Amino acid sequence: MAGITIDGVSKVFGKTPALKDISLDVRDGEFMVLLGPSGCGKTTLLRCVAGLEQVNGGRIRIGDRDVTDLAPRDRNIAMVFQSYAVFPHMTVGSNIGFGLRMKRRPKPEIERRVREGAELLGLVPFLDRYPAQLSGGQRQRVAVARALVMDAPVLLMDEPLSNLDALLRLQARADLKRLHKEVKRTTIYVTHDQVEAMSMGDRIAVMREGSIEQLGAPMEIYDNPATQFVGGFIGSPPMNFLRGAVRDSSFAGDGFAVPMSRSRADLQGREMVLGVRAEHITIAGDGIPARVMVIEPLGSHALVTVLIGKTPVKVQAPIDVAVQPDQAINLRFDEATLRWMDAGTGSAIPR
Amino acid sequence: MRTRTEQFLPFALLLPSIGFLSLLIVIPMVQALLLAVMAEGGGFTLENFQRMVADVNFSDAWRNTLLLLILIVPLQIVLALAMALLINSRFRGHGLFLYIYAIPLAISDLAAGILWLAVFTERGYLNSTLQSAGVIDQPILFLSFDNLAGILTAIVIAEAWRATAIVLVILIAGLQLIPRDYFEAADLFGANRLRRTVHVVLPLLRPSLQSALIIRTIFAFQTFAVVFALAGRNMPVLAGEAYTWYATNRNEHVAAAYAVLLLGLTIVATVVYLRVLGLREAEVQR
Amino acid sequence: MNARVLDRSLLYGSAIFLAIWVLVPFYLIAISAFTPQAKIFDYPKPLVPTSFSTETMQFFLEARGVLPSVLNSLLVAAFTIVFGLALGTPAGYALARFRFRGREAFQVIVLATKMFPIAILSIPLAVTFLQLGLYDNLVSVALVHTAMALPFIVLVTSGVFVAVSHELEEAAQTLGCSRWGAFLRVALPLALPGLAAAAIFTFVISWNEVFAATILTLRTRTLPAQVLASLSTSPLAFKFAGGLFMVLPAIAFIFLIRKYLMNLWGSR
Repeated sequence: MAGITIDGVSKVFGKTPALKDISLDVRDGEFMVLLGPSGCGKTTLLRCVAGLEQVNGGRIRIGDRDVTDLAPRDRNIAMVFQSYAVFPHMTVGSNIGFGLRMKRRPKPEIERRVREGAELLGLVPFLDRYPAQLSGGQRQRVAVARALVMDAPVLLMDEPLSNLDALLRLQARADLKRLHKEVKRTTIYVTHDQVEAMSMGDRIAVMREGSIEQLGAPMEIYDNPATQFVGGFIGSPPMNFLRGAVRDSSFAGDGFAVPMSRSRADLQGREMVLGVRAEHITIAGDGIPARVMVIEPLGSHALVTVLIGKTPVKVQAPIDVAVQPDQAINLRFDEATLRWMDAGTGSAIPR
Repeated sequence: MRTRTEQFLPFALLLPSIGFLSLLIVIPMVQALLLAVMAEGGGFTLENFQRMVADVNFSDAWRNTLLLLILIVPLQIVLALAMALLINSRFRGHGLFLYIYAIPLAISDLAAGILWLAVFTERGYLNSTLQSAGVIDQPILFLSFDNLAGILTAIVIAEAWRATAIVLVILIAGLQLIPRDYFEAADLFGANRLRRTVHVVLPLLRPSLQSALIIRTIFAFQTFAVVFALAGRNMPVLAGEAYTWYATNRNEHVAAAYAVLLLGLTIVATVVYLRVLGLREAEVQR
Repeated sequence: MNARVLDRSLLYGSAIFLAIWVLVPFYLIAISAFTPQAKIFDYPKPLVPTSFSTETMQFFLEARGVLPSVLNSLLVAAFTIVFGLALGTPAGYALARFRFRGREAFQVIVLATKMFPIAILSIPLAVTFLQLGLYDNLVSVALVHTAMALPFIVLVTSGVFVAVSHELEEAAQTLGCSRWGAFLRVALPLALPGLAAAAIFTFVISWNEVFAATILTLRTRTLPAQVLASLSTSPLAFKFAGGLFMVLPAIAFIFLIRKYLMNLWGSR
């Protein structure tokens, strides 16, 4: 077993920087999620770890071995690809055993481990089939089984669920999480789906434009986004942001004033962004005036979009909330959950 | 160092073909030029070109080649366009017809010449049919040396028959790039349909038509075996003269002069087409 | 008769007419080649043959130089396929897999070569080969044929490799293959049908080529060179049988690669 150390890695495509001096420690057995919008460099970073891309600077270590200049096959990694990359000219069984055959393991061992891998992923009935005869979900499981039987200490996954339909994805997500608990490989998992990241990751590295914006446990990132970008990327709906400045004992902006019980002398007059999650806003008899725009009943709760001044804000309300579009209402924020960011840099201001 | 090899891999993969093509194209091209301007014993001279031009067959070859070009290329384009538009209406069984129309793609000009010889020869199938139908009383000598029109017709038909397939494939590929919305129902012969073809499809097909025109023109200069098969030496053409000067007259210098002339014609034709038809980039992209 | 039916009949009528135009010469050469020697000068000839004989074909195949020339043609085609695929496949692979500086330039070179009348270069090449002692040699002919086929091979193979996902090769690399091993075990097997099509098309190019083959050989003629060289002296029956014999394999092979026809001349 081995951790992964990414030390000051940079990568340039032509003249475009894809990774800017990235450092990241993945602990032994950890499930690390690289999360970010497309083009943020998450897949490139994963491919650098796999050895499918060469870094332009920095080092990558797996365990205590520097693998920066090694070919993929010498890195002791296994990878699951977005397209699954299941070999169409081989049966499911040969696909799963491919890596073991390349490593010239004895035949009985290959057979036994292919069987184990197939059992783990529920693929035993399909061992003699060709990939063209499988569904997308089954192919995805072949790709996972093929990576797992390698017994490599490091498992790399590049959006392995993004090609599945919604229902299947939910199931596969739970399966992958259970598998990780069983096999405990050091895992780097790339996704653009923040729900996937939240539900699976031990830690999440949120990436943006070739840098890691924030690294932390899922709830830590959810509760305390380091930047406005992270707050807006994580959570469904994303965090609400209101722009304003602290005046005396309240935070005031266009059409609103949020009272602050604890006065912050250091923040007086500073242009800031207030971040508040939908579930921390309640509709009340008095408070910040707002106008209802849309009500979306979502079964367990309703999502109400209101306008505070000119800023749209999402509010999580009970499903039986009695409001109408265009109605004037008042909102109350749960003060302990409010987060403050600098209006210029977007960085969080310590509470 | 791994990074290094990765960077140079594509170039290493291209190198063999680039090297080979320079060896087989660039060097012979230079050599053709040299051969054409060198005298038998060495030293530069224009004598080879003078001999080429002064030869009895030169002006005939020149005229015949251009005549064939002017007659064959438009005919091929029109025929291929008709076939392509038919196929593109995607009627039931259009795949079979595409295959049939494409068969001549596999036929050499020599074989095409021989195939049509069976039709046009004195006791061939054309005369047989005409005579059986009572149209003629005795066979017409289509391929006789004094029947230039007959020879020309036979060669034009044979070449149009053979190389239309190449134009067809280029046009079909071009049509596949045009969104299907332009060709709703298969009413190819409705008035609207015809107008749409002229005003929408043809302009969109222009790059393909242009490629086809250039390719066919260039290769029309090389017309040779089909002529030999149908007319023997009765109808000199430029490529045939190059062959004759090399193989029969054993003068590689004059033969090289012909080769240079043909290369020059190829280049001039390409440039003229690109200038006249515009769309320089479109051609490069295709 | 309504407009739709009229439309249909015109459509099929034209399609069938054009098909007949293409097919009739094949029919006529076939019945000519299987007409008994004695009846070849019959006039007027019936369009439906009254007698069938392999006598003419036999006469052709037993004629001096014909069988060796067929063998030569096959050898030249085989050499051309080997040379062409060996040179062209790596280039096609590079075009399919890499974005590198000079990629567009190379594509333009390939296109220019595709349109270039390479056969014309046979005359200077003949002089060179004479000096090098390679004249009248099948390998020399194959070299020229390779130059003619190379652009087509590059275009077809690059299309073939584009269709084989790069991720498959990368997956193989993460599973213990070297880059070369990944190509050999994954990309190559999947590309094989396409490469076979390229080989077949190369065969057709080489099998049909007349000019270079005639210029570059004297005694070791290929079949087209043999037929061309004896055109002025050979009887009609010989020509017809030769024509049919040259046409048959080409038709068979074009049938095998009909799926790839569009890639060859059509798009890039």
